[in-house]
Amino acid sequence: MKLKVQNLVKKFNSITAVNNISFEIEKNSTLGLLGPNGCGKTTSIGMMLGLITPTSGKIYIDDTCLEPKNRIELLSLMNFASPYVELPKKLTVKQNLEVYARLYGVVEIRKRVSEMAEDLNITSFLNKKTGELSSGQKNRVALAKSLINKPKLLFLDEPTASLDPDVGDFVREFIEKYKKKNELTILLASHNMKEVERLCNKIIMMKKGEIVDSGTCNQLIKKHGRQNLEDTFLKIARSKSELK
Amino acid sequence: MNLNKIFALSLRHVYLIKGSFPRILDLIYWPTVQIFLWGFISKFFTLNSSYFENTVGIILSAAILYDFLFRSSISYNMMFLEEIWSRNFTNLFIAPIKISEIIASLTFTAILRTLIGLVPAALLAIPIFGVSIFKIGIPLILLLITLYIFGVTLGLLVTSGLVRFGPSFENIAWASLFFLAPLGCIYYPIEILPVWLQFIAKLLPLVHIFEEMRNILIYDSVNYLHILKAIFISFLYFTFGILIFYLSYEGAKNRGTLMNMGE
Repeated sequence: MKLKVQNLVKKFNSITAVNNISFEIEKNSTLGLLGPNGCGKTTSIGMMLGLITPTSGKIYIDDTCLEPKNRIELLSLMNFASPYVELPKKLTVKQNLEVYARLYGVVEIRKRVSEMAEDLNITSFLNKKTGELSSGQKNRVALAKSLINKPKLLFLDEPTASLDPDVGDFVREFIEKYKKKNELTILLASHNMKEVERLCNKIIMMKKGEIVDSGTCNQLIKKHGRQNLEDTFLKIARSKSELK
Repeated sequence: MNLNKIFALSLRHVYLIKGSFPRILDLIYWPTVQIFLWGFISKFFTLNSSYFENTVGIILSAAILYDFLFRSSISYNMMFLEEIWSRNFTNLFIAPIKISEIIASLTFTAILRTLIGLVPAALLAIPIFGVSIFKIGIPLILLLITLYIFGVTLGLLVTSGLVRFGPSFENIAWASLFFLAPLGCIYYPIEILPVWLQFIAKLLPLVHIFEEMRNILIYDSVNYLHILKAIFISFLYFTFGILIFYLSYEGAKNRGTLMNMGE
């Protein structure tokens, strides 16, 4: 599934949160959305998920413009995971996954839930209440929910934030493997530069609501004369002039 | 509307109730306390005043019906607040579900929560105070339907506020019904109110419902026209509530409050 964002603008009264951004994600590729806190990443993702109405601009998913009339149809092909969004804590993991499977119109619910549970190594706590899980377990459950409908387009907002290196690596490896087996386009917002380097085919850098640079990891590192993506990020984030 | 999705949304709340005995107890506890409280107060009045002989029956029936309204509205708000408290709001609104399906599921699930609370309380009133709300007969069903529609409407208006303004609107959710109670003429006839307030009170379905309840219990006669009037007014408010919910949803999308809404 291809995602195309065209001249997207979001203003909250006098504040411009997203200022005229345009980009494309090719089918089955992963795009990294980077930028300092408050640069407009979450607002941009919100607009792509149909949760925030853009002030102007268009979002195309496989050449279909995201509009209220086709919102339901397009949402059934997408999903989203973020550590800042949780599942009902008092429901068991299995109950949560079953509810979301139904909401997304999954046909063989039990089969899909067990598949996801096995792949993400969450079978042992399927009957445990979601609120009783550790961060790492919650994170894997959130990922299971985000893949329950076999989405063609997945939005991941800091998928490994607050995870220990072992679980973080497990999640990254899982995403890599899942992508190899399934048709999936990913937009990944992350502050973990190693993760971005490992998973993303292309990166866009945002600052103050605008896209200030884009390219592959190597292209950006080379262009800014740095050793790695982290240093490149710091250079862009701390620069006063607008890089384009 | 997709029935399977409405069922899934309801299932989330059924799981919640089913999985917690304290939650079930909490649902039953308050209506029961309410019935006991009003039962003893009205018994005292019967013994110590010349007010008509059926005081206990009338006040207790009013308390049960008012609680039905209260529970249906609060149940509606609670289910919505559960999504905010559990930070599940974003997940819910990015799922391929229509707003009409969310409204439908909340409306249907609220009845379950309401009945869990009210049926035991209404049954307890029979042996303890000798008052059976079921004496109202067939009109009781119509009165309950009217109260339910109005209760859900109040729930819809409060949830609209929650969608639009976020969790800070929570306190309004709790206060909403107490605000309307004096105007609803639940425990007293409309004539008690000043004339100018009577005009306002008549715009609410509550006055017509509780007047009719007293009519049935005191004079043993039913005026279906009054009940129909109450149903009509309730539906009018319900339609208004749906409209406000849609407007709030659009407003929330413009303001970006649906993203990451939580406690």
